[in-house]
Amino acid sequence: MKALKNFFEKTKPYVEKGGRYHWLHSTHDAFFTFLFVPKNTSKSGTHIHDYIDMKRTMSIVVLSLVPALLFGMYNVGYQHFGALGQTDTAGFTEMFLFGLMKVLPIIIVTYVVGLGIEFIFAQFRGHDVNEGFLVTGILIPMVMPVTTPLWMIAVSTAFSVIFCKEVFGGTGMNVWNPALVARAFLFFAYPAQISGDTVWISASGIGKMADGFTGATPMAKAAMGDTSFDLWNAFIGLIPGSIGETSKLAILIGAFILIITGIGSWRIMVSTLLGALFMGLLLNTVAGDNSYMALPFWHHLFIGGLMFGAVFMATDPVSAAQTAKGKWIYGFLIGVLAIMIRVINPAYPEGVMMAILLMNTFAPLIDYFVVQGNIKRRLKRANVKA
Amino acid sequence: MSKHFKFKRGLDIRLKGAAEAVLKDAPVSGTVALKPTDFFGLVPKLSVKADAQVKAGDALFFDKYHPEILFTSPVSGTVKAINRGERRKILEIVIEPNGKNEFRAFPVVDPLTQSREEIIRLLLESGIWPNIIQRPYGILANPSITPKHIFISGFDSAPLAPDYEFIFKNDQAALQTGINALSKLTDGSVYLGISPKQANGIFASLKNVTVNTFEGPHPAGNVGVHIHHVSPLFKGDTIWTVSPQAVVFIGRLFKEGKLNVTKIITLAGSEVKKPQYYKTIVGAELTNLLSNTTKKETHERYISGNVLTGTKIDPDDYLGFFDQMITVIPEGDEYEPLGWALPGKDKFSASKTFLSALFPQKEYVLTANIHGGERAFVLTGQYEQFLPMDLLPVYLLKAVLTNDIDRMEQLGIYEVIEEDLALCEFADTSKIKVQEILREGLNIMMKEVG
Repeated sequence: MKALKNFFEKTKPYVEKGGRYHWLHSTHDAFFTFLFVPKNTSKSGTHIHDYIDMKRTMSIVVLSLVPALLFGMYNVGYQHFGALGQTDTAGFTEMFLFGLMKVLPIIIVTYVVGLGIEFIFAQFRGHDVNEGFLVTGILIPMVMPVTTPLWMIAVSTAFSVIFCKEVFGGTGMNVWNPALVARAFLFFAYPAQISGDTVWISASGIGKMADGFTGATPMAKAAMGDTSFDLWNAFIGLIPGSIGETSKLAILIGAFILIITGIGSWRIMVSTLLGALFMGLLLNTVAGDNSYMALPFWHHLFIGGLMFGAVFMATDPVSAAQTAKGKWIYGFLIGVLAIMIRVINPAYPEGVMMAILLMNTFAPLIDYFVVQGNIKRRLKRANVKA
Repeated sequence: MSKHFKFKRGLDIRLKGAAEAVLKDAPVSGTVALKPTDFFGLVPKLSVKADAQVKAGDALFFDKYHPEILFTSPVSGTVKAINRGERRKILEIVIEPNGKNEFRAFPVVDPLTQSREEIIRLLLESGIWPNIIQRPYGILANPSITPKHIFISGFDSAPLAPDYEFIFKNDQAALQTGINALSKLTDGSVYLGISPKQANGIFASLKNVTVNTFEGPHPAGNVGVHIHHVSPLFKGDTIWTVSPQAVVFIGRLFKEGKLNVTKIITLAGSEVKKPQYYKTIVGAELTNLLSNTTKKETHERYISGNVLTGTKIDPDDYLGFFDQMITVIPEGDEYEPLGWALPGKDKFSASKTFLSALFPQKEYVLTANIHGGERAFVLTGQYEQFLPMDLLPVYLLKAVLTNDIDRMEQLGIYEVIEEDLALCEFADTSKIKVQEILREGLNIMMKEVG
């Protein structure tokens, strides 16, 4: 450790402004501060500072994603061997390793492409490298179907980082959730790769699927009128779907970590789910013969990306509403819209991504009204007290 | 009509090194100095030259734009030096005491029998006036304005702050006289905020004043918080705030007929051998006090004031005009390998992201290290947790950054000064310099609105 510190300290002058390797400044700084919390002390303002920083915050978010990610890897294997009809013969380790080998390249490609772009932009802007992409870089693989070709992952990641984040000014300035923009890009640019019944299961090397195996997600089945999915499997996560979204249990563990550490907004999580339940209930009352509308409202929580979206996507602090009241409205509308699109719109099998991106767009407007409310309330006090 | 206010928002930072209730005379200080830089926005004009002889209460300098506001010598002696900084800015006027305790005499009168003008004249001439602070902006009060109300906070809730019941236990009569004088300066009321713990203390029994209780973590003791809940400030309002110490000075002036600015301060912090109280004087040189009371185990940081709003000083500097405490903490200028990733049993944090969250009673050593790099505003809802006011601090700060005067006004910039948002700066994940930004906003408002 000491040798490393000396190395970084010694090389620092070379990457400072005017140094020969100035173009490596952001890279140097990123690795140095990753390994060592800087020795900078307070020059003005408060003399003491909280130990929390962006690295700590982002690493907690990454930690909260780990259960869903690990389960996602296992599930990739489980679905693969399920398609082969070999769930009984293949062991846990075999399934997990299979998934690991499929998912790891996606994660690596995302990080290399995304972080590469971040480093370049940070250097150009003269900023520190922001930690936000550490989370985005895990979120992107988790919302992709496992069969997505790596080049598509690379292209959508690059699109998202450049056009959703950097052109707006980098971390903290973006309007939409970068991970969802990456997915939306894929969704519109290569629709065949992200919908249908075949993309959710890694079938490489499978000649013929087992009898009766379709590979369709429970949600797709429900949209076709078949609402007979197994709730328990959907809760545990042994269903086809995007890599990280299937296990509601793992997502709840993540939600627990985010809420107990205070990093994720419980207001948004709760209100999103409430909104979804409300819309589900509303659809139940007008369902008639439509069996999808008649799907018991709370079953919606177990299928598709609703839970994942509510816990990990809607809560992105930069693109979400920022005021406490605004968060309730924002989350509730995401829930309502997600189920509305999911059930009523035949073109999109899932509505969570659209709902969150749409509400990302409107979050500043919601906040605007909350802030105006605060201003009016305080003005009223002025008039009473005067 | 006494009211009780209870807050949940805020934070008590549990620092090691709180002072014991023991009082000692501080080692005799070599020199005494007044620092014009202690007064925000002041442009000083000297009224003495080096080597001049002064008595306690004789003017050393005055406010260029309000020549009636005098700053007077706390002791009798010789003007030893006038220290200047860049562009000949006056930094310190140093007095060498002659030990004779000569003072300029003022009439001993009962303030209740005096007119407002008479009281103001006495306060200005004695040099006690600069203790009176004006809101908005937290600047020297303008004697030609009659404030809506006057606010006094009877307790300090900042980390390691002195216990006012202890340091003023012999000053009850002076407090009362001071409040009587202040009550003549406003057409409204004099408000005194106390904590529930002081219900039977010396502040609760004061007369001629409206006593409200404020319960909750820091910043419950900030006078800005009291104002917000009792009589919020809007455009055109003026409120004056006075510290209990200043009330005592005012009381002594009327009772003793002289400037008597001896005060009791706290020496606290994790690097102090025996944190306790010391009797000293406004502007005292700290060399003797700090020379053998600190541990010297690590690189130390000396702060005149508390860890949130105080000023960094050298150990041979002088006590700040308003400061009631000296805090000594480790500088912490060391690299920490993978610091952000460790469990953090010893890392105090307002967030619950470190293991320390499991030990709600433990006291911690905090250094001056910033613990991370500065980032853009990313997290939301963080600042609000530390401000018991109906304000939206992040929006306010963004209005400052975009130089939007109307917006700053609407979002309540008149209601806050740096100390009110200091906790936000402490807890901020993005390490944004909240107090600096706010002061920039206050400067803009002063210039544009007045």
